Amino acid sequence: MEYLPRLLFAIALIIGIGYFARNVRKLIRNIKLGRDVEISDNKSQRWKNMTMIALGQSKMVKRPIAGILHIIVYVGFVVINIEVLEIIIDGLTGEHRIFSSAGEIYDILIGTFELLAFGVLVAVIIFWLRRNIIKLKRFLSSEMKGWPKSDGNIILYFEVVLMCLFLTMNGADLQLQLNGAEGYSTAGSFPISQWLLPIFDGLSNSTLIIIERAAWWMHILGILTFLNYLYFSKHLHILLAFPNTYYGKLTPKGQFENNEAVTKEVKMMMDPNVDPFAAPPEGAEVAVPAKFGASDVQDLSWHNLLNAYTCTECGRCTSECPANQTGKQLSPRKIMMDTRDRLEEVGKNIDANKGEFKDDGKQLLGDYITNEELWACTSCNACVEACPVSIDPLNIIMQMRQYLVMEQSAAPMELNNMMTNIENNGAPWPYNQMDRLNWKNE
Amino acid sequence: MSELLKVPTMAEFMAAGKQPEVLFWVGCAGSFDDRAKKITKAFVKLLNKANVEFAVLGTEESCTGDPAKRSGNEFLFQMQAVTNIEVMNAYEVKKIVTACPHCFNTIKNEYPELGGNYEVMHHTQFLKSLLSDGRLTIEGGQYKGKRITFHDPCYLGRANDVYEAPRDLIRKLDAELVEMKSCKSRGLCCGAGGAQMFKEPEKGSKDVNIERTEQALETKPQIIAAGCPFCNTMMTDGIKNKEKENDIEVMDIAELIANAEDL
Repeated sequence: MEYLPRLLFAIALIIGIGYFARNVRKLIRNIKLGRDVEISDNKSQRWKNMTMIALGQSKMVKRPIAGILHIIVYVGFVVINIEVLEIIIDGLTGEHRIFSSAGEIYDILIGTFELLAFGVLVAVIIFWLRRNIIKLKRFLSSEMKGWPKSDGNIILYFEVVLMCLFLTMNGADLQLQLNGAEGYSTAGSFPISQWLLPIFDGLSNSTLIIIERAAWWMHILGILTFLNYLYFSKHLHILLAFPNTYYGKLTPKGQFENNEAVTKEVKMMMDPNVDPFAAPPEGAEVAVPAKFGASDVQDLSWHNLLNAYTCTECGRCTSECPANQTGKQLSPRKIMMDTRDRLEEVGKNIDANKGEFKDDGKQLLGDYITNEELWACTSCNACVEACPVSIDPLNIIMQMRQYLVMEQSAAPMELNNMMTNIENNGAPWPYNQMDRLNWKNE
Repeated sequence: MSELLKVPTMAEFMAAGKQPEVLFWVGCAGSFDDRAKKITKAFVKLLNKANVEFAVLGTEESCTGDPAKRSGNEFLFQMQAVTNIEVMNAYEVKKIVTACPHCFNTIKNEYPELGGNYEVMHHTQFLKSLLSDGRLTIEGGQYKGKRITFHDPCYLGRANDVYEAPRDLIRKLDAELVEMKSCKSRGLCCGAGGAQMFKEPEKGSKDVNIERTEQALETKPQIIAAGCPFCNTMMTDGIKNKEKENDIEVMDIAELIANAEDL
């Protein structure tokens, strides 16, 4: 009899963690669909960035209200996980509150968990109000309709339920301790759940045990469910914020990547010894010329794709975007969401076709992101600056513009004129290069 | 007036067997745009006054390629870059100053990978260094006590984290520096970057430069200071749109200093 709950617990744990691990493998496979780029420089600076930005939440507090509330939920999440460790050990060994032998330290721990759990509850309720009652503008953009909106709320409901279960479990436990019930020796301090005692007072021990056990089980099953929800949700940022800030851009924001494929072509053009009509030597593999720029997720780098999975759709980028602020279609957040959605679609396509991607006649450009969005960007880097987890939507926009211009010649007419001017007379306007110094004598 | 301007070229320096202290990269706007040419001249006057041995490339200068790259034409960008780098490396250029943040950013950050390695300064940084070296002095003059707000160019500020040099110069004018609600790393774009300067904006509710001008007007400035020829154009257009051109001037930092010095 005593083994049954332990067995059930072990099964739940294996299924919960196993399914999650399976999805994490899928996630990594999908990210690796991106173009290979090497990011292995400046390790110490990267660790520092990760520590400051992800662990230390340094960019979150740029917006103090959301920032501080987020820190409460974040610290609560991290610290309360110590309790989860205890629950797991208890569940597998059949013990009750195995860490309680730590005595006073245990009291402090449980007390802290409770205060944090209460803080999380309050913060999450405010978050819900901001999304649903106050209706902050950045949560109402068109890309937030439907699933993204539900996703945001589901996460909040999850957290409310988990925290309530945690406090209920503790409150019932405390009442059992006060009743001197067998197996519930005095352990822990309960600064929050003690206020629940009036509800439990007068209930029989057996009822209390049912409540305590039910809350315990639902709490851990809830956590395992939430863990598995992550893969399907924007909430993946709680894990991916760490690698994403580690791999974040270290060079000045104004430094856009050099397109090596183009450099090769340019060098060939500038080299007087190259024979442009030379046929490849007999037997040599004819290299397929690289596609310039990106029209689909596989053309983007794995780093771009990691960015897309990391995005938690907070919308700080979009609210800082000058194009979006002035009513243009561009929303940097939508660029990231579209990239992820398309990547998921490609991933499912691969799953359905035994590991091979079958052309589905769709791509990121056109089916998800329109030319109009791409051309509205001023490349001002406000979105990059705003992102609390080092996502770079601008990088994707620029790669897609490269595809539009170099593969499709699909730039707006005025830009084509500008580029023709640069080609012909070395300035974006139709002035003669020989007149460059005329200002001196004007 | 204009005959007083000394603007030697790199070719002249080379012919004389000399190297200038710094190459002044004028840029396309600074060379051809009527408004930006005034900025160029103001800066040259300051260089002359501080006895800086500078040179320009003149007709050997060509677009850095910034608008081409930001439009997605990496090919054209690299062709421009490689050509410019060849010219500058032939002259053994070491140090460059420019009054255009786009040229500044491109040469400083994107030329090294294509073989062009130079020390690159924005003109506000260069002017600041002239001041701290005692080669140039500023007195507030006509700008003493005036309310001046500074519009951060994206390619100077966020792109390269240069926020203080232009502000220090404004303070040196004994002017009252007032900040817009979004400034420095949160500064709003003027709307010209990413090659937007050369095209009509996409459909929207407002033009970016109008939004930014409104932010500037909230500070009730007498002068909007800029550090970029494109921002200057956009803000000037914004002020005209608001029919404030008789009350508020849009001025480059170099112009403010040159005017304060009665140059």
